[in-house]
Amino acid sequence: MTSPTLRIDDLRLSFRTWRGLTEVLHGVSLHIRKGERVALVGESGSGKSVTARIVLGLLQELKSSRIDGVVEFEGRDLEKLSAAERHKLRGTKMSMIFQDPTTALNPVYTIGMQFREVLGRRVKGISQRQARDVATAALADVSIRDADRILASYPFQLSGGMNQRVMIAMALANEPSLLIADEPGTALDVTVQAQTLQLMRALVERHQTAVLFISHNLGVVREFADRVYVIYKGRIVEHGTAVGLFADPRHPYTRALMEAVPHITGGGIPEIDEESAAFSAPMAVHEGCAEPGASA
Amino acid sequence: MTAPILSLQSVSKTFFLAGREVRAVDDVSIDVAEGECLAIVGESGSGKSTLANMILGVYPPTAGTIAYRGTPLPARRELKHRRLIQFVQQNPLSALNPQRSVGVSLRLALDVHGIGKKSERRAEVGRLLEEVGLPASFMTRAPAALSGGQRQRVAIARALACRSEIVVLDEPTSALDVLVQARVLRLLQELRKARGLTYVFITHDLSVVRNIAERVAVFEKGRLVETGATGTIFSTPERPYTRRLIGAVPVVTDAEMALREQLTEEFTGERNESA
Ligand SMILES: Nc1ncnc2c1ncn2[C@@H]1O[C@H](COP(=O)(O)OP(=O)(O)OP(=O)(O)O)[C@@H](O)[C@H]1O
Ligand SMILES: Nc1ncnc2c1ncn2[C@@H]1O[C@H](COP(=O)(O)OP(=O)(O)OP(=O)(O)O)[C@@H](O)[C@H]1O
Ligand SMILES: [Mg+2]
Ligand SMILES: [Mg+2]
Repeated sequence: MTSPTLRIDDLRLSFRTWRGLTEVLHGVSLHIRKGERVALVGESGSGKSVTARIVLGLLQELKSSRIDGVVEFEGRDLEKLSAAERHKLRGTKMSMIFQDPTTALNPVYTIGMQFREVLGRRVKGISQRQARDVATAALADVSIRDADRILASYPFQLSGGMNQRVMIAMALANEPSLLIADEPGTALDVTVQAQTLQLMRALVERHQTAVLFISHNLGVVREFADRVYVIYKGRIVEHGTAVGLFADPRHPYTRALMEAVPHITGGGIPEIDEESAAFSAPMAVHEGCAEPGASA
Repeated sequence: MTAPILSLQSVSKTFFLAGREVRAVDDVSIDVAEGECLAIVGESGSGKSTLANMILGVYPPTAGTIAYRGTPLPARRELKHRRLIQFVQQNPLSALNPQRSVGVSLRLALDVHGIGKKSERRAEVGRLLEEVGLPASFMTRAPAALSGGQRQRVAIARALACRSEIVVLDEPTSALDVLVQARVLRLLQELRKARGLTYVFITHDLSVVRNIAERVAVFEKGRLVETGATGTIFSTPERPYTRRLIGAVPVVTDAEMALREQLTEEFTGERNESA
């Protein structure tokens, strides 16, 4: 069997702070095969975004972080790549839609300039005109029609959802083999959200892209993902196919999450405890969902 | 009849960008009743945040007036107006100064608006934290040392510190997991009852809207296209855009799926008739 596009094994992360070491990830393992859409859902602050940042090699640059474990991209151990090689992967073969577009987009450059920089990573020395044409088409894919205005704008001149769509368009423009989408829909209205999901789905099918999809919206996860990992306080607590997990949530934390979802049919805001001793129950793995090459 | 707590009359906002006019908010009129939770939903880029900024007095409308209890608010707000209308935004980390402890941030809100006696403000900070369900010992914590839900509670405490009457919330829970979200939403409901607050609640999450708002206002391209009681908007939405919106909500139960399908069917049915 070919190696998965992404394989994470026993990933541990801690931060050195002035109060000592804080452990954030306690041995996370997950994998995504070519063309697979895998969701990572769970508690705010449980370590979803930091996991994504480690895959991209961004947290390694931070002096206060301590990282252990294996991260393999297309069968290659990322630790063994030079900084230059890693840098080359980012924005070309691996790309990320960041959770907060206002921090990920550079406030002092127009969208047009930032788009050209992204496209230039794949096509060296791309002309301004070429970049504009490609960017216009990419923006049209995320339902942005007035590309001229958007490309001339600075991020603060756009709405939250427009910035998010710009980021999605940039992340897809270079046809990556791994796409990490960290809360790609929070600032979008549901019709646009549905369109962007459709776009990601099309990309996955066309290029066999592997997607790591991070979201708090369980409805979206149910519609989009093939497999789901549930994370709680830096540990994976449940792993199953999307169909299996939604039909039969087994871990107490997963069940609590599902019960907390508000419904468009009404019923009020559910009353469920945020914390429970039961949430530290051992991981529940659904049939046929073992990690490949896991050190048993 | 008493005047509504907030009344917007023909409010518009035009931006000029790259030599072009952007009509971000276009002739919007709406009243907000005291004590209600009005949800504002709609397309991305339809002017919701711009409207919020005008209500908060960040910038004045290009045209139209915003009145508080019948009295038009001036373009440059005085301190007392700023005290009355407070803001809770999506990202609580960027809303709180990372250099300041939680206690200092709350204290500052009390100082700026001269709330209570100086000697009593420390105790008031502790009381505020308890009101949003946090221990008073959180005073000494830095924002980075809090979870997302805890930070959002601090942001809510700060918005309440100055005894505000109207709170504008822009996606207050979309960065939180659904469990923490439920907790924060329940807190918001309790506070509204206890303090008689009025909420203008901006969100894309229609499932949240269904369960927290009394009334919904739907925006499309800078215009207010539909308003109504929440139950009515969800069971019999009039505008095609509102139907498309509800028809696209990602859901988890079969009952919700059925509601969605029913709305979509009616919609396509009508379209075929008119064709
Ligand atoms: N640079 C840092 N220094 C210290 N602690 C950090 C740092 N970055 C993240 N953390 C901590 O690591 C934990 C995990 O953060 P992370 O951003 O991955 O959460 P998340 O699962 O993405 O949450 P959310 O759903 O709220 O986005 C949090 O408790 C956070 O405070
Ligand atoms: N400072 C500004 N300068 C120029 N144009 C602006 C400015 N602020 C907002 N706009 C424009 O006004 C329109 C409305 O933006 P606004 O942020 O109000 O939308 P929104 O409804 O909040 O959208 P979202 O749901 O995506 O947050 C957009 O076309 C945006 O580009
Ligand atoms: Mg995150
Ligand atoms: Mg907005």
